Amino acid sequence: MDFELSEDQEALQDAVRKLCAGAYPMATVRSLEAHGGVERDLWRRLADAGVFSLRLPEPDGGVGLGSSEAVLVFEELGRALVPGPLLWSHLGAAVVDGAASGELVIGGVERRGQGGPQPLLLVEHLAALDRLLVLDDAGVWELEPTAVKGELVPHPLDPLTPLHAVQELPPGIQVAGPDTAAAWRLEGATFAAAILLGLAEAVTDMAVAYAKERQQFDRPVGSFQAVKHILADMLVRAEVARAAVYAAGAHLDDPGVGDVLRAVTGAKLMAGDAALANGKACIQVHGGMGFTWEVDAHLYLKRARVLDTVFGSTQAQAEVMAALI
Amino acid sequence: MNLRYSESEERFRGELRGWLDKVLPTVGPPPASDDWPGRRAYDTAWQRMLYEAGYAGINWPKELGGRGASPTEHLVFLEETERAHAPYVGVNFVGLLHAGPTLIAEASPEQRSRYLPPILRGDEVWCQGFSEPGAGSDLAALRTRAVRDGDHYVVSGQKIWTSHAEVADFCELLVRTDPHAPKHRGISWLVLPMDSPGVEVRPLRTIYGTAEFSEVFLDEVRVPVANRVGVENDGWRVAMVTFSFERGTAFVSELLQSMELLESLVGIARSTRDGAQPWDDLGVRRELGHLAADLDALWSLTKRNVTQASRTGVPGVGGSVFKLHYSEVRHRLGDLALRILDRAGLSFDDLGGARSGEQVKGWVHALSISIAAGTSQIQRNILGERVLGLPRER
Ligand SMILES: Cc1cc2nc3c(=O)[nH]c(=O)nc-3n(C[C@H](O)[C@H](O)[C@H](O)COP(=O)(O)OP(=O)(O)OC[C@H]3O[C@@H](n4cnc5c(N)ncnc54)[C@H](O)[C@@H]3O)c2cc1C
Repeated sequence: MDFELSEDQEALQDAVRKLCAGAYPMATVRSLEAHGGVERDLWRRLADAGVFSLRLPEPDGGVGLGSSEAVLVFEELGRALVPGPLLWSHLGAAVVDGAASGELVIGGVERRGQGGPQPLLLVEHLAALDRLLVLDDAGVWELEPTAVKGELVPHPLDPLTPLHAVQELPPGIQVAGPDTAAAWRLEGATFAAAILLGLAEAVTDMAVAYAKERQQFDRPVGSFQAVKHILADMLVRAEVARAAVYAAGAHLDDPGVGDVLRAVTGAKLMAGDAALANGKACIQVHGGMGFTWEVDAHLYLKRARVLDTVFGSTQAQAEVMAALI
Repeated sequence: MNLRYSESEERFRGELRGWLDKVLPTVGPPPASDDWPGRRAYDTAWQRMLYEAGYAGINWPKELGGRGASPTEHLVFLEETERAHAPYVGVNFVGLLHAGPTLIAEASPEQRSRYLPPILRGDEVWCQGFSEPGAGSDLAALRTRAVRDGDHYVVSGQKIWTSHAEVADFCELLVRTDPHAPKHRGISWLVLPMDSPGVEVRPLRTIYGTAEFSEVFLDEVRVPVANRVGVENDGWRVAMVTFSFERGTAFVSELLQSMELLESLVGIARSTRDGAQPWDDLGVRRELGHLAADLDALWSLTKRNVTQASRTGVPGVGGSVFKLHYSEVRHRLGDLALRILDRAGLSFDDLGGARSGEQVKGWVHALSISIAAGTSQIQRNILGERVLGLPRER
């Protein structure tokens, strides 16, 4: 057993971190609000770095890495607050030509249960998509986004994740069966957890830096225990979540080491917890500044809210977990 | 990154399992918790069995009588002994888990050969005399003084909350050897034989109703200078070494026990009482699921900590991260247990046909986890200052 990153994994992590710092500095991320969160050139840079082709086999033009590595990549994308349908374009690269290269931007939505009252259906980034994938128990379906009738939600919580309220999804063509759909649910939950982990870490760093700098009562606020303890708790939540998320990646790569569903469920739950609680704590530590649009803290918390609602919320995962014990 | 145990680690697991299957049926049930001589006899007998089978000091160096196992094998050992419900370290806790490792790191060769083998054989039991009535969290404020008299220190003062002091042969003792130095600089780490004249142990009754720890009074106790570990007045640094072990792998067995406690609680929640099952309550079900995810994550964190320790040789700050979250999870687990048990949670005995007693004890135990070995507040200070680099308060 060796539950630490290998040198190659550390190098990958480093490379993605640098890519994000170069291509997605915060000013750029914020400017993407005007583009519905997706800008084609930047998207292609992600693709060139292998974000979407990472797990495709090398003969198919992929990088041939595993979920453990994908987790590290998504963690960095989360840390940099990179917007866009990252998860779906990554998953979709296996079934839609042009997704891996970044030529096409692929979005997606989960459809739960058939018949009965349909729950609220919100599609992210609809206007920016080339293809929309629909995931349900029967498999994966590919749709032309233009065929989807929906109304733009005027004030989405996360300004970088535009939403369309959709009444009904057209049938589309089936591109994968139920096994793929089931696998995607696990992978989607794991990589969403990885983004959440990155968000949880980013706001911890941000809050710590601010607490060292901001002076009140003639000293840095980080010297006050009431603040210090908030920050220590943020660190703990992020570290515990990290262990769970890395473990989920390792379970997907090697299902023989344990119960994959349980590992993934726990990871999504712990990372969701960490990102939501740390996001709030970051705003608290920033005081009045934290409540401004200017300071980035709210963007991380809002993204965490978006990701908590996909591939199983913390509430839903807690119930799945209960069924497993 | 690889969560699979290697072939040789699995072979070790197999051997250990075979041995446990053979010997455990010969080990009787543990004595009552207030029967101290019984507990000592029981725990040290188990240690003796481990020793004879070559499993004592599993992660201690071979040349010091240990097995020299890797950190991962150590983890496998803890996993297997818990799974098989083997006796826990019990009264051997201090000797095996932190005094011993501190001696390995800091003591002279003579001290090592004197003290380490009897710990491994289960012949001698240790306790920890760090805390004092006026020095708990602020341990460096300790006042028990040791005055040099020839080749002895004359030690006077009082220690408190000393676990297992009643049955200990030796005590890892922190004393003040220089009253004029700044408080962290005048401390030394001594080995105190508990049968020295002038040592008086008075058991303290805990909130369990039984005595788990004691007050230790020291009245002009003569301790040979040769019993000092490390340099005079350098005891604070030695104590820091002790702490890193205390907060290191010491919690693995605890965590595995907590997983069983949760499993047992799920069983209780699923059983019907007064025509209803607590399990039918969505809130209860979710909190149980949530706790399972927390414990799983802590198990993964343990594996990361173990891997890190095997690369660096010492337990890192992962111990503080672990302890802080673990304490909170145990509080939540205990609170949920009492909520589920309702009036069956009003006794340490099993009531109403459920295994409720262990849940009630678990709830009480949680109260100590966030205090002993550094309170949660102190752990937060450590993480804030030593890991996040935040300025000190004063
Ligand atoms: C079951 C059990 C077994 C123990 N076994 C041993 C043993 O074998 N040997 C031994 O030496 N000791 C032992 N201890 C003692 C233990 O280490 C101390 O109780 C602990 O370090 C806290 O010290 P204290 O009790 O003096 O509390 P105090 O230090 O008086 O703390 C009181 C409260 O103030 C808070 N506080 C104190 N300082 C700060 C600060 N700077 N910032 C924020 N909050 C602060 C604490 O968190 C706590 O809530 C044991 C304790 C328990 C409960």
